[in-house]
Amino acid sequence: MITAEYLGMPLEINDLDTENLDYFSHCSRHDFRLQRCCSCDLFRYPPTTACPWCSGAESKWVAVEGRGTVHSYTEVHHAIQPAFKQHLPYLVLVVELDTQNGKPSIHEALRVVGNLTTPDGVLAPRKDVGAVGIGTRVRMVFTDVAPGISLPQWTIDEGAADKSRVWRYPLE
Amino acid sequence: MPMPENVEGTTPKYLRDKYAIVGVGETDYRRGSTLSTRAMATRAIGNAMRDAGLKASEIDGMLSYQFNDSTFTPLVAGDLGIRLNFYMDVFGGGSSIEALIGIAIGVIEAGMCKTVVIFRSMNGFSQVRIGGTGARAVAPVAGDMLHSRAYGWQSAGQSFAPSFMRHMYDYGTTAEQVAAVRVAHSHHASNNPKAFYKKRVTVEEVIGSRMICKPLHLLDCCVETDNANAIIVTSSERARDLRHVPVKIRGVVGRCCKPRSDMHYQTGPISTVAGHYAKEILWPNSGVQPEDIDVTGSYDAFTFTTMLQLEDYGFCKKGEGGHYVSDGTIKLGGRRPNNTSGGHLCEGYTHGIAMVIENVRQLRHDADDSCPIGPDGRRQHTHDYGEGGCRQVKDAELSANLGWASPGTGSALVMRRG
Repeated sequence: MITAEYLGMPLEINDLDTENLDYFSHCSRHDFRLQRCCSCDLFRYPPTTACPWCSGAESKWVAVEGRGTVHSYTEVHHAIQPAFKQHLPYLVLVVELDTQNGKPSIHEALRVVGNLTTPDGVLAPRKDVGAVGIGTRVRMVFTDVAPGISLPQWTIDEGAADKSRVWRYPLE
Repeated sequence: MPMPENVEGTTPKYLRDKYAIVGVGETDYRRGSTLSTRAMATRAIGNAMRDAGLKASEIDGMLSYQFNDSTFTPLVAGDLGIRLNFYMDVFGGGSSIEALIGIAIGVIEAGMCKTVVIFRSMNGFSQVRIGGTGARAVAPVAGDMLHSRAYGWQSAGQSFAPSFMRHMYDYGTTAEQVAAVRVAHSHHASNNPKAFYKKRVTVEEVIGSRMICKPLHLLDCCVETDNANAIIVTSSERARDLRHVPVKIRGVVGRCCKPRSDMHYQTGPISTVAGHYAKEILWPNSGVQPEDIDVTGSYDAFTFTTMLQLEDYGFCKKGEGGHYVSDGTIKLGGRRPNNTSGGHLCEGYTHGIAMVIENVRQLRHDADDSCPIGPDGRRQHTHDYGEGGCRQVKDAELSANLGWASPGTGSALVMRRG
């Protein structure tokens, strides 16, 4: 059982939740790995108990590059959890990984959720929040929470070639 | 619209119109009910029994739905002196009522009981709030929530917002178009004496209200209230002896899902919702098409949910939902009004059941507005939809309810005037 506190929230991974124990233990080493099905070779996210593409039971944890494009987002102005209030507005990003994009159908992708953070994993300042939208290229970083648990997060990929095509909610 | 003839469907034809809703009832929409969920449930059910003209001894089945925030059916039945031959309490919210109406048909058809009351009772403002505030905000984050709640992504609005945003991106839907849903429902609520918010609002007021989480402004979000609602289902044969014109059940869809509905953002396109799949069951089984429907009840937890569902159930072409909800169609006096009670945005919040109750009253031609009561004891509807006036849709014959749990799960119901 891993327990930790992050932004005022108690996080908990119990001993039977082996999928999340494995996932977050890799994350704690800043090594992003996803389950790859031993039957159909497709990755999946988040960690689950079987393959959503072929129902296969067996999988291996395989390293995946933490790079992708913002598929959609919300910019939160009214926090539910008290500790998020000091970081308002913050972004929740739904990011499509480059890996396995468009597979197994054109509408599928590994959509990995995270906040927009600074490169060291702290919720991003307002100027960065206002610069990111659908189409922004991002790279994965980590927020270290406690031994055995780090949260994967997203930060602006400053090295990305094309930064021009970013769509943001128009009424700003 | 009159019923089409000789329609083909996938449901056994003998079930169409075989069951009916014969009683509806509710408590007042309040913030601070000063009642337990058990007390509210008994009052709402009592109102539904009086509405139907049924005694406790004539009801023998009970269903409820909840989120660990309500009272179980045996307690409520016991208080009312109802001896049950069947009961079940299920977990769930906005996709429940249509599904439970289908289950009620199933258990009656199976011979397990004869008349079923379904209720939802919640102190959604004063006890357990849906958005994840209060006790829910400090609950441990574990399991799948480590991939959502840990990122400050937990309330319904926060969870659904990326789907809404992507619809704007994919189809050019504007905030002003979607705000028209709130405007329409607020106009309807102004003609509903029960509504919690009766004030009419404008598009400018919606998009000028404070941002909650983009693209949702405060007025894009529904109200939280304390309330209980109840509906009684029995056979159309039994319904003939009861007080009202029966409202017959044409077809139901229960908790129809997108792939990976629990993580709805995983299966694309995320700007398409469960109605895309549910419509393939709803219309054939009901034997009608969207154009036949006179009044809709498209779940309005948010303005966007109404728009997305009307679009994916086929009331307009995919991508044209923004236009559909802003061109006057969904307002009283328009071609196909939606949520004539004011819905969750304005009337009050009880996870979809109140929208079915409203459509039952519409199909009875008995909307409880401020129109005068005639010598026969019935309301004399004026069909003047000005503020404080009528909200009865003229000659309503067919309705559709489109329930919503999330972008990934929906339920639906088509009813006809019997």
